[in-house]
Formats: sequence, structure tokens, C-alpha cells
Amino acid sequence: MPDGATPVLDVKNLKTVFATRSGEVHAVNSVSFDLRPGELLGVVGESGSGKSVTMMSLLGLLPSPPAEVRSGTVMLGGRDILKIGAEELRNVRGREVGFVFQDPMTSLNPVFTVGFQLCEPLRKHLGMSKAQARNRAVELLELVGIPDARRRLGDYPHQFSGGMRQRVMIAIALACDPKVLIADEPTTALDVTIQAQILELVKELRQKLGMAIIWITHDLGVIAGIADRVMVMYGGQVAEHGPVREVFANPAHPYTRALLQTMPKMHGARDAKLRVIEGQPPMLTRHPTACPFMARCAHAFDRCGRENPARRDIGHAHDVACHWDHTTAAPLTAAEASA
Amino acid sequence: MTETPMTDRRKLVEVRDLKMHFPILGGILRRQVGAVKAVDGISFDIFEGETLGVVGESGCGKSTAGRAVLRLYEATAGSIRIDGEDIATLPAEVLRKKRPAMQMVFQDPQASLNPRMTVAGIIGEPLDEHTNWDRKKKLARIYELMDAVGLNRDFANRYPHAFSGGQRQRIGIARALALNPRFIVCDEPIAALDVSIQAQVVNLLEELQDQFGLTYMFISHDLSMVRHIADRVAVMYLGKIVELAPVSRLYDHPLHPYTEALLSAVPEPDPSLERRKDRIVLKGDVPSPANPPKGCNFCTRCPKVMDICREQEPETVEAVPGHFVACHLISHPQTAGRTGGTEAEHNQMKTQQGEVA
Repeated sequence: MPDGATPVLDVKNLKTVFATRSGEVHAVNSVSFDLRPGELLGVVGESGSGKSVTMMSLLGLLPSPPAEVRSGTVMLGGRDILKIGAEELRNVRGREVGFVFQDPMTSLNPVFTVGFQLCEPLRKHLGMSKAQARNRAVELLELVGIPDARRRLGDYPHQFSGGMRQRVMIAIALACDPKVLIADEPTTALDVTIQAQILELVKELRQKLGMAIIWITHDLGVIAGIADRVMVMYGGQVAEHGPVREVFANPAHPYTRALLQTMPKMHGARDAKLRVIEGQPPMLTRHPTACPFMARCAHAFDRCGRENPARRDIGHAHDVACHWDHTTAAPLTAAEASA
Repeated sequence: MTETPMTDRRKLVEVRDLKMHFPILGGILRRQVGAVKAVDGISFDIFEGETLGVVGESGCGKSTAGRAVLRLYEATAGSIRIDGEDIATLPAEVLRKKRPAMQMVFQDPQASLNPRMTVAGIIGEPLDEHTNWDRKKKLARIYELMDAVGLNRDFANRYPHAFSGGQRQRIGIARALALNPRFIVCDEPIAALDVSIQAQVVNLLEELQDQFGLTYMFISHDLSMVRHIADRVAVMYLGKIVELAPVSRLYDHPLHPYTEALLSAVPEPDPSLERRKDRIVLKGDVPSPANPPKGCNFCTRCPKVMDICREQEPETVEAVPGHFVACHLISHPQTAGRTGGTEAEHNQMKTQQGEVA
């Protein structure tokens, strides 16, 4: 992957396995990606594609057992954060990496005021005094567009609407000026008009603060609007990755192509019938020696069952994990495959 | 208008001034101190064989409307005529006999299927209730239904947990079809499903509609999916229908500022289009339906709000034949040229000239 600046976050060959009664679930299988300063990386996938588990693995947020981060490196600020101790990792979370979760109601503590929850990271991580923390908390709430911020510090989460709660979550995640913000389906629980507000806010914050963002979603429309690069995940693996315009204009993986086709359009002629991706997402209990999308793929051939495709570069900073060549609409030749 | 005149077609469902208010109780004596006006006076028709999409954000009353139409709630006021009969006033025993003709598909296929019943038991339950068929005949019907919705017959004796979300929704659809209904309310049937599974279920609903001549009320917050499946669309905001029009008309020429904002808020999977778009971002949140604002319900967030909007509730007018809208911009001659149009077929939808200057 060609890149300009040194990445703020560099993930290589991350593997996460869950031990279950029916065997090991390979939830994240050799995922690699990087995140450059100031950019927004969109991660798309369906439930069970491994997008959330990948991000939680990075920060040691998964309960172990059953989860086990089996291998990989996660370089952040010059060190591998998979290898550091629990105490140091706690300093990474919240301070260097902010996290916004999907459901703002369950991720805020209902028995503490919003002010308390905002001041907590400021006092713990930055050692601010109570008064300093409160002033900073007011600034943060104003930053995310909550009116009458000073008064609202004393309110409890239930006194905020869904969109406002998500703004509070973003304010908490931004509290310590993190280098990286990971947002896990932050607008999925919100209505479209509120989602539009949050997306505007994020665009604005990026301009003001310039942090790097990983935005997880299942909505390709959201990605199209805000991301610089996009990474499509399927069955615990990266199926396709590249600059957002490039991937949407020239989707190379049959899954991405199908996904874009199944979505009904808001403009132009209505399709008589929606294109569908037949079948179900894969069970990840067997170690994937085959391509995970094979059973649902219109272009699958014998090699897809024998060999899990590796990611290959197809130019324009775009890579795809597939044995099928979308430019010729034919299987890759042996020479191409080994290149 | 390219669509055929609606009046030529038979109305299967006629809803007039439907209100569904939930009481708020307070004080020691638990007296009613207010009401959540979840649905506050909506009127619409659904023609035989068509799909009426109902869109709006959470809390706008679209699901409540769907449930009230099937009389799963006792409506506070209004009439609901299904196939010519006002079901809002029918006694329970008579209503029960009518139930087979009107069914519902629920949002959450996990919560709406009994985990202790097998698939055959779930799909067959309406048959147990409403027919006196013998086991063999019932089983034959169950298999027939499973075939119709694309479920493998071999799984008839499995329990819901063994199925994926999309398959569970197929079970729910098979159950709704069991008694040969004519009208099905689909309450967010795809909201809980993954993107790649949504298209499968929507295609199934469309195939079944063609096959059995079904009429749908399709409730959803997914505007692009509604554009695909619906023939006409009603947009709800805070318990009221603000706009109702044929689908192409609504998406290409929305008249109500809320519809405009709602449509522009939908993110589209096309980066070049997405970034060029002039998005209307609404300020603030939806007011509480327990305490709606004076005048037009949308006046607190409307980018085109006028003085009259804070005073007077807009009447629903038929701006263009078949295109109904409740907005002062349309009905108030000072600010917008009235497009006129025939007098509404709904008697309470009469155009009233605003007397406020």
C-alpha cells in the first residue's frame, strides 16, 4: 500500500478467536490495515463480519476467555499495544484512542451525570483539577453542539435525546484529544435526520481537530459521504480496501459489487426487482481454508474452495482478496495469481 | 401525473381521522393528566393490490398507526373501514371472524416468534384458531406456506433459534399468509436484517403480492427501500401525515419541507453524489407527542417556517390530484401560489383559506 505520512495506527495480521462449545470461531482472520493522520477510514460489513471485534481486539476490550487475540501487531505511538500491560493499555484507551459505541443509552452510565462522566477521563488521564475539568467539559459539550452546556453538565443521560446522547459520547471520546477516534456504528441507532446532524458534526470536528477516525458501519451511504478510504469486511477478513471513490466506482470484490447492487436507489428509475445476494453469511467455526464468500459468490470456481485468497494490489491504492478478476470477468491466470 | 387516476381503483382500506392517544396518568389517584398523541387524526386510503409506504422517524406514530389500523389497539377516535366494514366499532367476536383477512408482519422476528414452538406450530397456529381442519390438511397447508416463502420443509420441526434473522422473518411472513389474507401490515419487516438479507425479504414480499394479490401497508424508516416497494407513500411527523403522494411524485417533487429534509438526509452509496449534495440538516429534535407545539407540528424545526405556522395548524390539501400535503406554504396563498386541484375526496381534507394575513 503506498502511503504518504507514517500511519498513526498500523495493524498487521490480527487474528482473534473465540472459544465456543461448537469449536473455535475465527472472528478476525489476518486483518491488516493502517490509519494515517487526519484521515477517515470507513469499515463496512454485515453483522458477524468481524468489524467490531477487530476494533475491540486492538484495545483489549474483549473478555478473555472466550476471546483470544492469537497473533498480530498493533503499532500505535511507536509501540505494539498488544504487548503492553493492562495498566498501560488503560492509558491508551480514552487518552490516545477514543471510542464511540453504537448505542449511546447503554454506553453511558445512567446513574452518573453527564458532567461526571465527561470529567472522569480528564481527571484520570490528564490529572486536571475538578474546576479545570468542568471548564474543559463545558468546552467539549459546546464543541459537539450541545446548547446551554454548563447547565446540562448536571443532567443525567436519560434527560438527553438519542442524538444529544451520541454527541455526549463523542465529547467523552474527544475529551483527552486522542490521536485516533474509533466510532462503532455511531449513527445506526439514530434517525436519518439526526444521523445527518451527527455526520455534519464529524465533518466539522475533523476540520477543527484533525484526528484520524475509524468509522464502522453497515451503511455504504454513510461511508460514501464521509470516508477517505474504505475497507470492506466479510467473514472476519478484509475483502476489499481502497480510496472511497475508487472502490465505489470500480468495486472489484464480488461481495462489494453485489452489495452496491442490492441497495435500492433514491434517484433514477426504480428497479423492477432488487438484486439479491443469495444465501447466508458464513459460519466461522471452521478455519477458513476457502474463501468465506464462496458459497454466495456468482463467480466462484474450484480454486476458491481450496485456497483462501490473499489481498492483491490492483492499482490506485486499491486491493482485493479474490481469485476472480473483475476487469476480465474471469478467474485469475496462474501467472497473475502468483505475481 | 403519469399514474392512472386513483379513483378508478377499489379502496380496500379507508382510514378517516384516526386518533390514538395514550393516557398519561399522574398523582396519587392515577388520574389522567395528559395524553401522548401518538397518532393524531390521520386519514388515508389503501387501494386493492397496492403498497402504501408509511415513512417517518422513530416516534412519529407510524407503527402505532399500523397497529391501530388492524385494531390491535382500541383507537381513540376515527373510523377504519376494511373492505367496506368499519372495524373500529365491531364487537370482539365479529372482529375475530374478520381477522383472517388482515394480518401483520412484525419488525423483530426474534421477539415475535414463540421460542418454545416449532416452525410448523408457529405457522399452523392461525389455522388452529380459525379453521377446523384435520392434522393432515393443516400440515399440507404448512408445507405449502413454507414452500411459498422459501423455507425448507425438512425444518418444519425445528425451533426459531435454529434459524437466521432472514429465515425467521420468512417464518413470520408464512404465518401471516396462513389464512389467505387480503391486507397485510408490514411493520418494519426488514429493519432488523442485514443489508444483504433485506433484498431477499423485500423480493419475497413482492413476489407474494403478485401471486396472491395482497395489499400492503409497508411501514419503514428506510426511504430508499420504500421508494422501491411502495406505490404511494405517506410521510408522518409527530402523529400526523404531512404528505401523501404517489411514490415518484413524492421522491421527485416533495412539497412539504419535512419530506424535503428527510429525503435529503438519506446517505447515498455514491461518493461523487454524496459530496455534491446540498443537504438540508434539520436543527434540534422531534418535540414530544405529549406536548406538541402550537400550530404546525413541524414549526419548531422547519427551515421555511412563517408566522402563521406557529399559530394555525395547516389543513391537508390536494395540491395536485393524488398528492396531499399539510403545509401553509402550499395552502396559504400569500406565500406560495396555490396550485388548486380538485376538492379532496376526504371530507375533512377541505381546503381552507387562511384568514391570517
